Amino acid sequence: MKPFNYLTPATVEEAVSLFGQHSETAKYIAGGTDVIVKLKDGWMEPDYLISLKKIEELSELRKNENTGDLTIGATVTHATLEKSIMIQKEYPIIYDAVSNIGSLQVRNVGTIGGNLMNAVPSADGAVPMIALDGVALIQGPGGERSVEVKDLFIEPYKTVLKPGEILKKITIPAPAPRTGSAYIKFGRRAAMELPLIGIGVLLSLDADLETCARARIVLGVAGPTPMRAYEAEKLLTGKKITEDLLRQAGEKAADESKVRDSVRGSAWHRKEMIRVQVRRMGLKCLEMIKRN
Amino acid sequence: MTIINFKLNNDLIEYEIKDHWTLLHLLREEMGLIGTKEGCGNGECGACTVIVDKLAINSCLYLAIDADKKTIETIEGLASTDGKLHPLQQSFVDNGGIQCGFCSPGMIMSSKALLDGNPDATREEIKHALAGNICRCTGYLQIFESVEAAKHTGGAK
Repeated sequence: MKPFNYLTPATVEEAVSLFGQHSETAKYIAGGTDVIVKLKDGWMEPDYLISLKKIEELSELRKNENTGDLTIGATVTHATLEKSIMIQKEYPIIYDAVSNIGSLQVRNVGTIGGNLMNAVPSADGAVPMIALDGVALIQGPGGERSVEVKDLFIEPYKTVLKPGEILKKITIPAPAPRTGSAYIKFGRRAAMELPLIGIGVLLSLDADLETCARARIVLGVAGPTPMRAYEAEKLLTGKKITEDLLRQAGEKAADESKVRDSVRGSAWHRKEMIRVQVRRMGLKCLEMIKRN
Repeated sequence: MTIINFKLNNDLIEYEIKDHWTLLHLLREEMGLIGTKEGCGNGECGACTVIVDKLAINSCLYLAIDADKKTIETIEGLASTDGKLHPLQQSFVDNGGIQCGFCSPGMIMSSKALLDGNPDATREEIKHALAGNICRCTGYLQIFESVEAAKHTGGAK
């Protein structure tokens, strides 16, 4: 690894200002489980690493009781989310996604913000944040701005963040009553796997417990960036949800996906799994709603 | 160069490090604690697992500078000073959890972090906690059995 200086600012402002001083030769680092691999492989060769670990406001996990908004700071680790009773109970789709990222050793250190900013098509953490209509708060030299998580990604390894900008937190609006959500990381093995395809479904029902008030179908590894299957969502919204309708939504989502052949799997297999898993995750959501 | 202070097993340590050293490099190459192994160097195999503030981490993906003011546990800290093995180590010996031994320090540190926090861990919880530790010899079954057996022999506090 090429030597670098490690800087540990205490505030976001200080971090942004340090980046300003060293811009071309600086990189931000949070948990480091992706960045250190890149440093070792020589994909990144900064002279200055600006650590976000000591910035307290980035590590908060908080739910506002009045608004119901959930705030997840960028440096909250996957393990913190996985162990949170609130996440397990109220945001099962987040639990499903983060509890199988890498290994426990990686989840104890790796952060949700890092997972998003690394911007790989297989980022498990992105799918629930999109399904829950998460909004990213970003701060940089030009001040603060918000971007919906669904609009955060441009292409593999590339986000809308400009040089010097920092992802501070994700805010998730209060889920509607009668909401169920689930994610499956579909791969060939149970452990230490990247998803062949990642499928997240969120359904909210009307008071009649049949009509779909809101549907989110979000796919990972189905294109260059995590994506919503809008047509499939439209098919469900406003209709009475049946298993057959979920099957049609699965077909639609598979059609909408931009899956391709890669070393980890073939396009047709991925499409088949979207078909099957959209239906299964939808059924899981319905079960959840009925149970509560 | 930066000076860091940390607790390593039973010792308080002050060490002058370079910012780009990983914790694994500090332990093995600088301090000579070669119990912790380097397998892949990329966070895939878990051979380098140590415990930092009660959490199992991959020391190959953890900068030494981030160990400042932390408590680090490595395999060297497990046996008593008189040479008596820690119950988890003894259990791995007794239950065939060790063959070539390369993964063992990482396996045992992951298991220790688990049982320290969850003394009654179920088989499923043991599997989930050890999913990031790769073993090419045992087929894992004896390892899971070793951890389960250690629950009753003092491996869990």
